Amino acid sequence: MITDGFRRIIDRRRTLFLIGQRWYSLLPAFVVSIGGLIPLGYLFAEAFDVESSDLYANLFRWRNAELFLNTLLLTVGVLVLNILIATPAAWLTSRSDLRYKRIFSVLCTLPLAIPGYVMAYALLALGGNNGIFASIFGKSIPRLSGYWGALIALSFYTSPYLFLNLRTALLGLDTSLEESARSLGYKQWRVFIRVVMPQLRPAFYAAGLLICLHVLGDFGVVSLMRYETFSYALYAEYNIAFESNYGAWLALMLLGFTGCLLFLETRLLKGVVLHRAGHGTSRYPSFISLDGWRKVGYLYLGLLFLTTVGIPTATVILWMFRGFETSALNSVFEALAGSLGVAIPSAVCCAILAVPFAYLSIRYPSLLSNMIARIPYIIYAIPPLAFALSIIIFLGSPKTILVLIYACILHFLAEALGPVRSSLYQASPHLEEAARSLGCSPFQAFFRSMFPLISRGMLTAAALVFLATMKELPLMFLLRPIGYETLAFNAFDYTGEAMFAEAAPYAFLILLCSAVFIGPLTRQERV
Amino acid sequence: MSKNRILVFNVLLFAILMVMLTGLVHAETITLYSGRSKSLVDPIIRQFTKDTGIEVKVSYANTAQLASKLKTEGEKSAASLFWAQDAGALGSVSKGGLFAKLPESVLGKVPTTFRHKDGHWVATSGRARVLAYSPERVEKENLPESVFELTQPAWRGKVGWAPLNASFQAFVTALRSQVGEERTEKWLRDMKANGAKTYPKNSAIIEALAAGEIDLGLPNHYYLFRFKKSDSKYPVEQTFFKAKDAGNLVNVAGIGLLKHSKHNETALKFIDYLLSIKAQQYFVSEVFEYPVIEGVIPNANLLPLDELLKIVPKFDLNEMDDLEGTVKLLRRVGII
Repeated sequence: MITDGFRRIIDRRRTLFLIGQRWYSLLPAFVVSIGGLIPLGYLFAEAFDVESSDLYANLFRWRNAELFLNTLLLTVGVLVLNILIATPAAWLTSRSDLRYKRIFSVLCTLPLAIPGYVMAYALLALGGNNGIFASIFGKSIPRLSGYWGALIALSFYTSPYLFLNLRTALLGLDTSLEESARSLGYKQWRVFIRVVMPQLRPAFYAAGLLICLHVLGDFGVVSLMRYETFSYALYAEYNIAFESNYGAWLALMLLGFTGCLLFLETRLLKGVVLHRAGHGTSRYPSFISLDGWRKVGYLYLGLLFLTTVGIPTATVILWMFRGFETSALNSVFEALAGSLGVAIPSAVCCAILAVPFAYLSIRYPSLLSNMIARIPYIIYAIPPLAFALSIIIFLGSPKTILVLIYACILHFLAEALGPVRSSLYQASPHLEEAARSLGCSPFQAFFRSMFPLISRGMLTAAALVFLATMKELPLMFLLRPIGYETLAFNAFDYTGEAMFAEAAPYAFLILLCSAVFIGPLTRQERV
Repeated sequence: MSKNRILVFNVLLFAILMVMLTGLVHAETITLYSGRSKSLVDPIIRQFTKDTGIEVKVSYANTAQLASKLKTEGEKSAASLFWAQDAGALGSVSKGGLFAKLPESVLGKVPTTFRHKDGHWVATSGRARVLAYSPERVEKENLPESVFELTQPAWRGKVGWAPLNASFQAFVTALRSQVGEERTEKWLRDMKANGAKTYPKNSAIIEALAAGEIDLGLPNHYYLFRFKKSDSKYPVEQTFFKAKDAGNLVNVAGIGLLKHSKHNETALKFIDYLLSIKAQQYFVSEVFEYPVIEGVIPNANLLPLDELLKIVPKFDLNEMDDLEGTVKLLRRVGII
């Protein structure tokens, strides 16, 4: 015990010393934290700006317990379903000997391009007396709704988070470990469970965290599926008025929930070392032959694509045939430019900004760096509406697009962290140390040894942020300068008024842009 | 790769700057906060710019949110006009002392029921709460005559509503002032106990009716027409409750001029335009709403305005500003 505590003190000293040497790596963390503190302060101020009787009435409502239980059930359900959906897909597109792996991985990433509410609309349109199923087969099936509806819709559109993280991790694995295991007599599947799976842990946790945060923050799907969660109640509050005391409390409860998740993740990740420790170089993955199972693999990936992307895309195309009016096209190009004008800078900045965060927490693990690495997640968990509002109160109504970009960067930084961290876990620090010993400055050493290794992770990060920003609604709603158009806003606005034909071109362009952006992403990979 | 990105970023920044500059060149510009959806009002705003040469910069958001935003911004607000989805939000901004009194020349165009008592806002179009139903599952003669009958066991689990919707909340506000707090609360509790299904918005109610999830619904009147427009056989119909029933509320969308606006004259032109035959005809023919002035060719799908006014309950839109009370009530009952 004594030695343990002693070592810890020495470790801490060493870490602090090292961080102190690289104080500049703390700068981005500092800037982001300040950015995050403002909305947090606002939420607390709002939450406690109330008489105590109201406070108790808000805090101890039976409904809060109901909401909590619903949220928990949904989160766990989505996680489980996601693991079931995405793990085989990620493995098939990275390690199997299937052909067209690159195309399949693009297809598996595409659900990200679909806004949640479009997914929900699409699934809803299948069932019921008037549904697509009934009009094709003449017999109606019940509409998806409630828990199962929300579960399926959310799992479908969040599955790429797990897929991408797992795939990045699988591609970066050092297969010599697997070969050793096989040479020691393990069968293929045992190798997967005992050797591969444990190495995928950071990817699972990072993706799981993102998925949880998505489920916690989603309003579109749960409201259309009529399943009441925290975020549903929260949106209801902010829908009624800007300043909402109960809304602030719900937001804080959500933050508490997120805090627990983050704590859990830290505990689970403690002491994970995945980079190569011994001599020799790591090996590129080899492809495992599926033999007779190849058809099943194709079938699985094909079906996955049809259900997660095919159904919603078909729905959007069907909308176009519902009496299209060209007047809706008035601002299509303006909206397209507007969306790209936010999404591209946000994606680039997030991918870059994620590096110091990931670097700090992985290379200099300590309480401080761990806390810093969790800041983006906390910011991510602040409901966008509350986040946007606090910015308005602090900076006044936004006059330039930079405010919106700033907010998007802060909000979506968490999405960028996962892939960057996963790839950094696999990059051995010895390389950097070697570069240093050969006379490189810390910066040089990083750029010449680490950067090439984590650039894939950074690209994935940029893609994730790009796709998320293209779909983003609440931030766009409140923070865009007056008259600034985006695709997501138009698509949402028209569907909200049941003008589906007019919404279709906007929704379709979101899909298209995102697909175009996903395409070159996988070209960077060695498959 | 990254050089390309920087290039793209620069081009985009440049494009944005250009857009801003072209915005500055226009001589006359007004800023409008619109709680009405872009999908509904964008065509008429574009037409206004075409006809008058006045540029309108629009900030679209949810009505209640814009109302709070205006109150937060106070004198610093960039907005000249606030166009709201319902009378309640207009009332609350007016209570905050942010609206200027509109001139008689504007107010005089609409009947007194359709304007604020001190002239702070004026209605631009009307919309009614209706009873939507599935003709396949409910005979017309079996329909409930009053919104209070929806709590009967016959309709258990068969009614859909949208408590998050501002129009529904306006209806509850109206109900409170018509039949009192107690009876409203009892009705809400009974509805909840009777298994009323919650939908996020009006259009979702209509879709649920078509899908067979529910038999009756409480939406605004114009959503059904949008579905019928693309599919004339859409399996949903709608009607009113019996004359003067609280369920037949008529609410308005309305507009007010902000006191601190620097472009009063230009902004008034916009209000004037919305009350012109041309704009009113647009609301009636394209948005399927009720006009607030005489002389508009009625929409064949809609009751004529004078007949509608005969069946609506007696109610003063000026009393609609207690949204807070309604929200508290809905929360107490556990509906939102």
